[in-house]
Amino acid sequence: MRICIVGCGAVGSLFAANLAGLDDVDVWAYDASREHVAAINAHGLRLSGAGDVLGRLRATTDASELPACDFGIVATKAMHTEAAIRATALAFADGCVATVQNGLGNEETLARHVDRIIRGTTFPAGRIVEPGHVQWDVKGDTALGPFEEKPAPFAEVERLADACTRAGMPTEAVRDARGPQWRKVVFNAATNPIGALTGLTHGRVCERPDLRALVTGLVDEGKAVAAAQGIELDSDPEELIDHAAKPEVAYDHKASMLQDVEARRATEIDYLNGGIVGFGVELGVPTPLNRAIWALVKGVEQSWQ
Amino acid sequence: MDASTSICVAGAGTIGSLLAGHLARVADVSVLTRREEHARALEEHGLRVSGRSDFVAHVRASTDPGALEADLVLVACKGNDLEPLARRIAGHFAGATVMTVQNGLGAEEVVAAYGDWPLLSAVTFMSGTRHDDAHVEYILDTATWIGPHRGTTVQDAGRVASLIVSSGLKAEAFDDLRPAQWSKLVFNATVNGVAALTGLPHDFHFAEGELGALVHALVDEGRAAAAAAGIELHDDPWEMNVLATRRGFAHRPSMLEDVEARRPTEVELIGGSLVREASKRSVPVPLQTALYALVKAKEASYS
Repeated sequence: MRICIVGCGAVGSLFAANLAGLDDVDVWAYDASREHVAAINAHGLRLSGAGDVLGRLRATTDASELPACDFGIVATKAMHTEAAIRATALAFADGCVATVQNGLGNEETLARHVDRIIRGTTFPAGRIVEPGHVQWDVKGDTALGPFEEKPAPFAEVERLADACTRAGMPTEAVRDARGPQWRKVVFNAATNPIGALTGLTHGRVCERPDLRALVTGLVDEGKAVAAAQGIELDSDPEELIDHAAKPEVAYDHKASMLQDVEARRATEIDYLNGGIVGFGVELGVPTPLNRAIWALVKGVEQSWQ
Repeated sequence: MDASTSICVAGAGTIGSLLAGHLARVADVSVLTRREEHARALEEHGLRVSGRSDFVAHVRASTDPGALEADLVLVACKGNDLEPLARRIAGHFAGATVMTVQNGLGAEEVVAAYGDWPLLSAVTFMSGTRHDDAHVEYILDTATWIGPHRGTTVQDAGRVASLIVSSGLKAEAFDDLRPAQWSKLVFNATVNGVAALTGLPHDFHFAEGELGALVHALVDEGRAAAAAAGIELHDDPWEMNVLATRRGFAHRPSMLEDVEARRPTEVELIGGSLVREASKRSVPVPLQTALYALVKAKEASYS
């Protein structure tokens, strides 16, 4: 089968390099960075840290070069979903497209351009060290399920999950992927912006009782918004937060939003806390803390202009 | 309080330097510094004030409170330096009146614990930039508000206010400073905290859109805390905020400058005071609590 990773940043690279190790999978990567693409084509895509991998794959900045693919795995930042899928949709005319992005609303964006969509959530994390080289900070599971409005056939979801699992990225096919997604959204919305606003790593955020209480306040609002939609979280985000704070897990991890703020890049705040606030307004669930955090991070972005 | 008044400014940061420089034009002024080279620079070069004023003032300066005499002591240091400074002036300046000029709440009590001087309390809205030990730039010519605290009357506050006004700064006396102090507390807890976390100067973002809505909600919590404390605010902090953003000049609150320079901020005395006052009276202030925790954490990130 042929899989194209759309957006080969840190998370996209974890999928791309690992899947490239399978004999029965032909991997392509579409990315906007010419340097990264050139390095991948010249030297392969290297992962180091939680796993050492050198993946051989074809990368391009030109979507018209892409052959027809069985699967797309979209891993861009949420604000780039629209442009990325608009450019690549033709390659997936007969295939299925999964999103493993952060935040809320990505599936709806994909649905404007492609027909068989997989709602996905992934927990591994890393960062780009240099073009062609990604540091794999944290291993983790992935959940995939059909997107309700424009579902991919469940057999196809299973086929993609099986390939990822065989490649070393443990992935489960589930009938309702909203639970894992909201668990991660609630987790990210409660922790990423706190790291971004304070400059602290995940572990240091969690060991300050006043800050940890704020995290819980954000989690509680997110849980209430999920519950109002009848979504059952597959596990408690609080446990996930405390687990990640352990020294051997992600104590020293700088949230991607903190990395964004340090590099003065636009953040995904609109799709995390902004998404929770949006659903909250629709459902009549108050989310004052998420709204406050959303406004503060938007303020950080505005301070760069 | 007249031309024969002798004044000691204790703590010559931006505000202390602005007060010392201007007052030296109408009174005998000395400056109590923490560092020897600061005192030497002032004695050798005088204190230069630029910006809205432009002159060099002659002041005496020393690191030894015993070497300085005064009828009026202005304690103008940053909140974090208050306790050590109060300890240094303990046992000195007998007979003098002491006036605190700190942000937040509680400065008077800190100083009161170190001596039985009559006390005045003040808050100031003026601002400037300290370029070096002997040069301060006067930027915002907003007022200093003064009220009686311990063993003083509104007349005493009025005399100090007149002296400050005659020196070229703005000042006003109040029967009871607390309504003004609380207005500034709510204003500073909100605006300084939001500026420190976002990196934004105090500009139009604070009065519109999502950030304006957050500022409004933070001010509402502050109003509720003030009401529970029996304080009728002198100025509405939201209006103070809106007016300040329309000055055509985006002020950089000191808390923003502090975090950019990775210095400790005054958040304990400002946001911390507000949260503690609210919690004493069981007034929920979840957004101010969040802001306070975030600024504290930002300070922790320096190390």
